[in-house]
Amino acid sequence: MNAPNASGWQPEMGNAEARTSPTASGDRALMLEEALIFELREPGTTGVDIDEPAAPPLAGLARFLRQDIAALPGLSEPETVRHYTRLSRQNYAIDLGPFPLGSCTMKHNPRLNEKVARMAGFADLHPLVPQQAAGGAFEVINELAHWLITLTGMHGVAMTPKAGAHGELCGVLCIKAALAARGDTRNVMLVPESAHGTNPATAAFAGFTIENIPATAEGRVDLAALMARLGPEVAGVMITNPNTCGLFERDMKTISDAVHAAGGYVYCDGANFNAIVGKVRPGDLGIDAMHINLHKTFSTPHGGGGPGSGPVVLSEALAPYGPLPFTARQADGTVLLIEEQDAAAEHPHSFGRMAAFHGQMGMFTRALAYILSHGADGLARVAEDAVLNANYVLRSLDGDLDAPFGGSGPCMHEALFSDVGLADGFSTLDVAKGLIDEGFHPMTVYFPLVVHGAMLVEPTETESKAGLDRFIASLRSLAQRAKAGDESLKSAPHFAPRRRLDETQAARKPVLVWKGDAAA
Amino acid sequence: MRYLPLTPAERTDMLGVIGANTVDDLFVDVPAAARLTAPIAGLPMHASEMAVERHMAALAGKNLAASQVPFFLGAGAYRHHVPASVDHMIQRGEFLTAYTPYQPEIAQGTLQMLFEFQTQVARLLGTEIANASMYDGSTACWEAVAMAGRVTKRSRAVLCSGLHPHYVSTVRTMAKFTGDTIEWAAPRLEAAADEAGVIAAIDDQTSCVVVQYPDILGRIPDLAAIAEAAHAHGALLVAVVTEPVALGLIEAPGNLGADIVVGEGQSIGVGLQFGGPYLGLFGCREKFVRQMPGRLCGETVDAEGKRGFVLTLSTREQHIRREKATSNICTNAGLCALAFSVHMTLLGGEGLSRLARLSHARAQQTAARLARVPGVRVLNDVYVNEFAVVLPKDARDVVRQLADNRILGGVSLGRLYPDAPDLANGLLICTSEMTTDAEIEALGQALEGVLA
Repeated sequence: MNAPNASGWQPEMGNAEARTSPTASGDRALMLEEALIFELREPGTTGVDIDEPAAPPLAGLARFLRQDIAALPGLSEPETVRHYTRLSRQNYAIDLGPFPLGSCTMKHNPRLNEKVARMAGFADLHPLVPQQAAGGAFEVINELAHWLITLTGMHGVAMTPKAGAHGELCGVLCIKAALAARGDTRNVMLVPESAHGTNPATAAFAGFTIENIPATAEGRVDLAALMARLGPEVAGVMITNPNTCGLFERDMKTISDAVHAAGGYVYCDGANFNAIVGKVRPGDLGIDAMHINLHKTFSTPHGGGGPGSGPVVLSEALAPYGPLPFTARQADGTVLLIEEQDAAAEHPHSFGRMAAFHGQMGMFTRALAYILSHGADGLARVAEDAVLNANYVLRSLDGDLDAPFGGSGPCMHEALFSDVGLADGFSTLDVAKGLIDEGFHPMTVYFPLVVHGAMLVEPTETESKAGLDRFIASLRSLAQRAKAGDESLKSAPHFAPRRRLDETQAARKPVLVWKGDAAA
Repeated sequence: MRYLPLTPAERTDMLGVIGANTVDDLFVDVPAAARLTAPIAGLPMHASEMAVERHMAALAGKNLAASQVPFFLGAGAYRHHVPASVDHMIQRGEFLTAYTPYQPEIAQGTLQMLFEFQTQVARLLGTEIANASMYDGSTACWEAVAMAGRVTKRSRAVLCSGLHPHYVSTVRTMAKFTGDTIEWAAPRLEAAADEAGVIAAIDDQTSCVVVQYPDILGRIPDLAAIAEAAHAHGALLVAVVTEPVALGLIEAPGNLGADIVVGEGQSIGVGLQFGGPYLGLFGCREKFVRQMPGRLCGETVDAEGKRGFVLTLSTREQHIRREKATSNICTNAGLCALAFSVHMTLLGGEGLSRLARLSHARAQQTAARLARVPGVRVLNDVYVNEFAVVLPKDARDVVRQLADNRILGGVSLGRLYPDAPDLANGLLICTSEMTTDAEIEALGQALEGVLA
């Protein structure tokens, strides 16, 4: 197969003089700048045909009427489509190439799932229709809930959390409610140093005191330190497995058993479930609660930062405390959506409602289509190929980049590198920005915190071998340039729509809204 | 498997590079007892695109979509016409399949869109600034209560009786764990919103008053009066807007003294989707910016002095602050924010104003028709596009009977307030520019039949 650039095409061909001379428009061929909508048109127009109503507003509304309509321009459809199309071209995306952000699981988003979510019966369904009008929606929720329980080996699932961190909150609140139910005031949550920032933030919100557990030299939770800390004040642990160093926590079951014996609960951050889906059931490891990012393992689109969806699978000990609404299968096989009106009878120990309505239905339909498409065999293959691709990246760069835990054996679905060996003054950031010029999205950088200058690469299973080879070649080249002290790397990216942006200025005096029309 | 590009030969080659014999060797750290050796039991094997589409279409077909029948539901989720171009724009792969814009040099599309969105939201709500969105209106409402606590260093919040009951429940759930005190009472079936009750509940310990505008029964509270009372006690006014289209007709809360304005943005550009994903709107006074939750996009320049945009003030957020963060939130509702922004860009202030007036005219027409149904009383004196009627019997039964006749005839208050029997005969009716004369007449006649 030819590399995509085998034609020899480069972004700025032409002679050197032509390359540096400005164009009258400021644009360069397909490299198009775009103004803000507020600069394209003044308020007072609209791009939608809406009839003028025949009747005036109610007389009683007079004292409430808006004095000045919102000062927002309305663009015609051609202007609107062009504006957003031009903006879209300033974005990198999975559809353009590898997006190897560790811990983020940027995999291909199947378009069937988009089509399914847009079926009128799902997309145009009001959340408060009488239950008789939403039978298919409850079946979707129930079917997805069933597969999530099956894949994780857990007892129940709370479907409503709206994102991963919201799911973490759900799990932690279940722990809090379970402790309260037995009159237990223990309030220490143990969190490994390598955890995602959301873990301590969530536990702190729920009123727990956070204590960090160190990592071992080989990148796993320090079992001895954790065991030594267990006691009557420890409410639980929050562990990511596979962990953020890309390694499976071998002692997970031992940890769970010990935490349970000490009266605590085990929360698992399921952000990295993609590495083990269909291969390992977290329920078999003694987990009490785990959120599942449907936008990671089950491929619902990230959409430039959301929406997510974070159902939480629960053990038998925690399921009674799950939030409302709760879906439960009845003895006759039908599905009951338990809302507030039936909670006293059907789900009396719930800690309450976390959000309006029933959760991220638009993500449920996509995730269900994904699971059915892959099936039991396909999901196991997902984990296997994700792990295979990560190990291929890890081993292909032996001798090029330092892999701090490369000696501890195979990684799971993420390959972790450090900045050890780069020339003085060269950093992980320079390598990341260099990848942008190479046509790739950078890996996750400076996370996990336990590794200096961390570079966490998660290729996912939807990258081809040829694509990985190109990525590896670019990363190897960048590692060599950073080791050799190639100064041009320090000012990368050179070919992106923008050079490095001044984040200090942005934070010092934040400009969060356009004020170009303010009176001078 | 159509989504997995590796071939068996490539897998073999790659294992060779790795130095492993089989893929299972890569799972060596998983204890044997926990490792599944066969495809997980209970799940079917992989399925073709056609088979999955058929299965999902059958499920979708069991639901009654708003577009299929006369439709009058609101109560926090609204049906407005979404221009075709909105969905086309959000399906641009560069938007749909991008991540959070942590590498701003190659994410200016998302970032500029968020900056425009923040400006649109602030101008719509009448606030000085707005963030890049929250999960939904109910979680934004809790975040506003929590933020008011940080600003005022107080922990007693007063919720108006007309706040959406799901929002009330969400706030109460969170407050149980933070120890905040929440004051709230169920609404009464009265024509006017209960400003006096809210004002009477404010004291010098109150962090904020949370007032929905228009409220759950479609009534319009006097925000300026409540703001004045709140400020006199050093409390903040949090206004909650579940139907932002209404702000095309009635004054923006920020212009009436609200300190924080949150809302559900779904009704502009985002479909009903059985309740999610939706779009939390969050605006406030600029002086509170460092206490705000959620992502913020800010303007800056790049190394060549060109204007550009970045995520900013991340020192408030969990990935930097960990347990000291202002909120544990890690995600916004980026794609829903894009849908909102595209729709808002098409509408402009002018189009929004027309949309609100037309939706309101449909509500007037519907109220007039329902007032002619024997036994039905229209509760509200004023409303925008949603109002309450009082029926001579339990509205839950009426709604079910209407659905049997293929009419989605509103949201019963019994569904929303199962513990308040005095509200059981209340029914919320909502209209929009999509409501037709024929639908209004169908609802009128069906109600006459059910109540006869």
